[in-house]
Amino acid sequence: MNDLITSPVFGVLASLIAYEIGIYIKKKGRLSIFNPLMLAIIILIVFLSTFHIKYEDYNTGGQIISFFLYPATVALALPMYKKFDLFKENAIPILIGILSGAVVGFVCVVLLSKLFGFTDILIKSLIPKSITTPIGIALSRQLGGLSSITVVAIIMTGIIGSICGPLLYKVFKIKDEVALGIAMGAASHALGTARAMEIGETQGAMSGLTMAISGIVAVLLYPALWKVVLELIQ
Amino acid sequence: MKYLRQLMIILIPYLIGTVLQLTLNLPIPGAVIGLVLLFLGLQIGIVKVYMIEEVCEFLLSNMSFFFIPAGVGLMTAFGVLKGKWIAFTMIIVISTCVVWIVTALVVKFLRKGCQNE
Repeated sequence: MNDLITSPVFGVLASLIAYEIGIYIKKKGRLSIFNPLMLAIIILIVFLSTFHIKYEDYNTGGQIISFFLYPATVALALPMYKKFDLFKENAIPILIGILSGAVVGFVCVVLLSKLFGFTDILIKSLIPKSITTPIGIALSRQLGGLSSITVVAIIMTGIIGSICGPLLYKVFKIKDEVALGIAMGAASHALGTARAMEIGETQGAMSGLTMAISGIVAVLLYPALWKVVLELIQ
Repeated sequence: MKYLRQLMIILIPYLIGTVLQLTLNLPIPGAVIGLVLLFLGLQIGIVKVYMIEEVCEFLLSNMSFFFIPAGVGLMTAFGVLKGKWIAFTMIIVISTCVVWIVTALVVKFLRKGCQNE
């Protein structure tokens, strides 16, 4: 039995089945709260914990799936290429939007963390939460945070953004495909982009582009902003 | 063979991106550099849309699925965040929504401004 669990087929098949169940529940439930990705993650965590299966064992198969994230990131070049004219026409609104999202996100995280009495290490681990995982981890290390917490924060941000984004779109009557795409990418990186891609090609392209730009903006901006915060506190 | 060739064309810029990241010690991940390289390839015309289209479509429309193992990794963090989960979740929910709303409104507002000119 142990051999089966440590074989890659277990992790791959378990993930496929969990995702299939997630899609089924979403179809039946018809609520955007029922996000197939989130449902699949919950199903798998409950399943693995119940049967005392280690994450490492599941991940023998899991890492095969995770690998596809890298070519999927590269593949975002195609919708960006197709929608490049749209980006050129809107370059200034898009860039200002990304910049304001980055600054507001930073201020929001620091203020709320202080309010809850979080330690500096925890705050530094939370700061890169809106950017794509590999950049986020690098930035967290640079700031002096804990990368394990940063990964958790990034994944949670991605799931929450992909659920809340389309809801906020309706509530705030945005009615602008480009704004939706930019906001998805700025608030919840690659996961938001995956969700935006399901909504439409324009939204997905804008989100992918934003994800890449936000990551670079964060790397350049956040260490400097953090220094300002430290000086203000002392 | 067509799909394998398409996958190969997508993996080449990823490999070059990773090599660049490692040799130049860049904070930007190889896949993001690969994205920029493939985009440039398309712009210059070395890579044509038909050479990568089907596999790109497959990768992009299933991107959510590829995040499952990373998400399941949350279970390894239960210990580290003991007693802080509620505050942690609240900070993430609030700040994510605030960033979303501010970004969407700024872009929408500025785009309207541009169109009116």
